[in-house]
Amino acid sequence: MRNKAKLAGLAAGISFLALGSAQAVEIEYWQYVFDTRVQAMDQLIEKFEAANPDITVKQVTFPYADYQTRVVAAKVAGQGPDVVQLFYGWLDNFVNGELIQPLDPAVFPSAEIEADFFPIVSAMKRGDAYYGLPTAVRSLALFYNKALFTEAGLDPNNPPQNLVDFLAAAEATTKRDGGGNITSAGITLDMAGQDHHWWREVLIRQNGGVPYDEAGNVAYNDAAGAAALKYYTDLQTASKVGQVGFMDEGQAAFRAGLAAMTIDGTFRLGAFADNPFEWGVTELPADANGLRSNYSSYFANAIGSGAQGEELEAAQKFLAYITSPEAMEIWLNVVGELPARRDVALTEANLADPIRAPFLKGLEYAHTTKFYDEAGQRQVAIDMVNRVLLEGQSIEDSLAAAATAEQAIIDAATK
Amino acid sequence: MASDSITGGAAQGRLWDRFSIKTKRVIWAWTFLALPILFYAGIRFYPTLQAFWLSLTDWDLLRPANFIGLANYQKMFADPVFWKVFQNTFLYLVIGTPVSLVLSFVIAFYLDRVRFMHGFIRALYFLPFLTTAAAMGWVWRWFYQPVPIGVINGLLGSLGIEQQPFLRSTVQALPTVLVPAIWAGLGFQIIIFMAGLRAIPSTFYEAARIDGLGEWAILRKITIPLLKPTTVFLVVFSSIGFLRIFDQVYNMTTNDPGGPLNATKPLVLMIYQTAFSSYQMGYAAAQTVVLFSILLAVSLFQLWIMREKK
Repeated sequence: MRNKAKLAGLAAGISFLALGSAQAVEIEYWQYVFDTRVQAMDQLIEKFEAANPDITVKQVTFPYADYQTRVVAAKVAGQGPDVVQLFYGWLDNFVNGELIQPLDPAVFPSAEIEADFFPIVSAMKRGDAYYGLPTAVRSLALFYNKALFTEAGLDPNNPPQNLVDFLAAAEATTKRDGGGNITSAGITLDMAGQDHHWWREVLIRQNGGVPYDEAGNVAYNDAAGAAALKYYTDLQTASKVGQVGFMDEGQAAFRAGLAAMTIDGTFRLGAFADNPFEWGVTELPADANGLRSNYSSYFANAIGSGAQGEELEAAQKFLAYITSPEAMEIWLNVVGELPARRDVALTEANLADPIRAPFLKGLEYAHTTKFYDEAGQRQVAIDMVNRVLLEGQSIEDSLAAAATAEQAIIDAATK
Repeated sequence: MASDSITGGAAQGRLWDRFSIKTKRVIWAWTFLALPILFYAGIRFYPTLQAFWLSLTDWDLLRPANFIGLANYQKMFADPVFWKVFQNTFLYLVIGTPVSLVLSFVIAFYLDRVRFMHGFIRALYFLPFLTTAAAMGWVWRWFYQPVPIGVINGLLGSLGIEQQPFLRSTVQALPTVLVPAIWAGLGFQIIIFMAGLRAIPSTFYEAARIDGLGEWAILRKITIPLLKPTTVFLVVFSSIGFLRIFDQVYNMTTNDPGGPLNATKPLVLMIYQTAFSSYQMGYAAAQTVVLFSILLAVSLFQLWIMREKK
């Protein structure tokens, strides 16, 4: 049966070559399962196929937990995707594993990319070559529950803008039972969620440090890193306005209306849309000097290393389309993620939108961590906080241990 | 058709006829046995040997494997996380097996005497065994939450007892994960114990009672010794189960798998993460070899301890 199919394919190929006419090319697009992303991609494929009747695009999806394994396994089996979605932090793994190929600068000129996209796209550049382009980018913001704010006597239209007001708001909105246990948190504490980015790229910088030096090595094992970690763990140990593990996950606590504030990303907008209470979004709090920072990330689209000849051509066309302004508009409306091109993102309408504006402003001053092993580096941050909260280790010792562990991951990846 | 087989099989037939009936039986037996043996060799023994080989390489799925000798083992034995995980794995075994066996024996022993709604009660005990471990893990995970949603902490709170961190404690987390694992396996062990109890001839008990033996003496001298084959089976079976624990741990700690601070991480979860999060297939294979050796050693040791004394 397989052989017959192969023969048929071969015959079709030969006849195609002989005729030299444009016959349908099928390319595969891979991404992980996330309802709105799949829907948005279905719409994009439909529009793309209408404009390019000689190309069909097949969307293949896998659960997020399996996604990387599937891509790697498919490469081993020689059946990789033509266009593939990847988190920017996976790039080194994907490049080293020869899963993807660099973009042809004749089709995607570097100068144009750098002029049109937000500067964080440079995380997809290795040497002189870009390896992928995002459709949308993400940033963080502070979500707050307006009902809980009103209940606590705070102005629901004037959310905290700096760390002092932020802590005061958290204290005002925290509810406790007779035994002193939190029954509704002021702020969610969830290092496994987005908090490790907040600590790494925002709190450390606001305390006068940098998370990594120019060479990409750990640089937070100093007073700034310690102050940032202390600020974070004090939220649970000193001011008791949050508790790691409360309601299992930060986003679950917020959705259940049992947390007044949570730090999360644009990708959460869809999930929070039908929260049964009024909520708002504001920029991440600034420090006493007004310094703000943010963490931005994205999933990029790259061309699989297996795509050659006319499949490569089709893949390039498709990649160009899904990173076009039109595609970004669709993505913004369906998924809620921010367009990766500056002029599509920073429109007057978007900047006036109370939900989109804080994220867009965040993009202006955002940093993008260069991850080598995103899951491993996140685990280091989770363990660092747990050592302080659960084992009573000192801030300095826990920070030093985290720095050593994370540097070991970086060394292993760059050797 | 018929003449074909006669002429074609004539030469062979003569050879075949020369064998005695006994030899023929042996040949037939081996012919039939060859199939499962080949099957096992292909899908069990070959991959096992392959894993031994992989453990000596640095294979990462993407690049071809290089032979690196015992470097993976050196790395593993020098890694404090591995020893923590090693210790956890044995804790699951030494707490899980005795507790589950004693519990299931006591329940089976008394359930055997209950006539009222016997089938219904037995079904209730067996039900958790049929439930998916993942679903069960999640339900228990919510039970263990702090107030306001955690059922257990809510109960403790209403009794005026202090809140317990359960899964958020490096000390309590492992027993906390173990409870649903024991509970889930209980039904199966009870059924096996009850079958064992039913298999003991009632005449033994009658004779003992006529001789005036007390209940305790009957239990000690008749029931427990005669249950030995059942017990051996269950000890080996549940030990292997606890040494391979994964589902409950993974599902109850997905945000920080095996955490907090590796307090609940068993060897299987470490292997899973090494292989499918870090893609260090060679290193994962080395861990697998260790797990294999432990399973083999524990099984052989238990069989030796509980062997028939002649």
